[in-house]
Amino acid sequence: MARITAGVATSHVPAIGAAIDLGKTAESYWAPVFAGYDFSKQWIAEQKPDVIFLVYNDHASAFSLDLVPTFAIGCADEFQPADEGWGPRPVPAVQGHPELASHIAQSVIQDNFDLTVVNTMDVDHGLTVPLSLMFGQPEAWPCRVIPFAVNVVLYPPPSGRRCFELGQALRRAIDTFDEDLNVQVWGTGGMSHQLQGPRAGLINQEFDQSFLERLVDDAEGLSRIPHIDYVREAGSEGIELVMWLIMRGALNERVNELHRFYHVPASNTAVGHVILENS
Amino acid sequence: MALNKPYTDIPGTTIFDADMSRKGFHLNQFCMSLMKAENRERFKADERAYLDEWRMTEDQKQAVLERDYNRMISLGGNIYFLAKIFSSDGLSFQFAAATMTGMSQQEYAEMMLSGGRSPEGNRRMGENDNG
Repeated sequence: MARITAGVATSHVPAIGAAIDLGKTAESYWAPVFAGYDFSKQWIAEQKPDVIFLVYNDHASAFSLDLVPTFAIGCADEFQPADEGWGPRPVPAVQGHPELASHIAQSVIQDNFDLTVVNTMDVDHGLTVPLSLMFGQPEAWPCRVIPFAVNVVLYPPPSGRRCFELGQALRRAIDTFDEDLNVQVWGTGGMSHQLQGPRAGLINQEFDQSFLERLVDDAEGLSRIPHIDYVREAGSEGIELVMWLIMRGALNERVNELHRFYHVPASNTAVGHVILENS
Repeated sequence: MALNKPYTDIPGTTIFDADMSRKGFHLNQFCMSLMKAENRERFKADERAYLDEWRMTEDQKQAVLERDYNRMISLGGNIYFLAKIFSSDGLSFQFAAATMTGMSQQEYAEMMLSGGRSPEGNRRMGENDNG
């Protein structure tokens, strides 16, 4: 049977992708950011996941205002890196897992989470930057990836509670897939940041540290934070943190924290990263 | 019943809700078109002519020509759509964010290096005369 072995959370700042693509990772500004992923790269090389269920948000790349799905699951066998205005990132195409993705869609829809099924979609920095942070710059990504896009662009995004419960449904779905697969669930985006208006540059380290603490020990309570608290406390784009709760909901109630990293700044953003294992 | 908007008292922040999305629909769809290299080239060759192909208001077109991101946001632009404009210009997210705060890019970068903008006094309008 397929099993979820671990959860990973990480920010997906586009400037981090640019630093990797332009060979700037050793520069003094960037070196401390990448040092926070040294452990993670070694860990994932040992773990060898077969599939990553990667929760991210599309940044007006695949989805314009023509269509704004709240939860969209990528069921294709391949996804190309998106051209976000400066040409596509020079990273490998993403190989999907259509059978598992379709099984998850069927299972969670019958479990009352009405997903949008996507069969053609380019993937932007929200999905590719976490892969680069964890795997570096391989010729091909070493595992399959199921892209799962959450709307956090058009208000209102789904609530933290809804995301957490969706994670629980995702767990039930993956647990019932016949093939023997090592599956990781990743939640990406955040931490505190605001990219727009005169309040741009907002960082709330206290909020972020509390979020990281509660993600491990009080995920249930954390999932009840209302949208307005994220926006007021963690910035208009800090709302991306609800996506981490899908990852957390897919894990056991009790987890071991294998790794935690927090750094300010990467461009406009506080970088947070954790690895959690079911205990 | 009007939409419930608990976020209107946050200073310096525009939430991209359904009303803003309607207002900015054509502006944001113009931005999406810049994801194609051939459209970026046509836009750069004659910005005004390219903008005139879109059903945007004159205000929106002027704000784009002037790269006035705060004004574009007030006219319904969403930052992730507007990012296609400054990316086409070869400029970073940090550059664009700095222009919206009234700081120079260097001042803004230094603020970020020293921990970013504090939430203290920036949670609600009227705190610390921020309104």
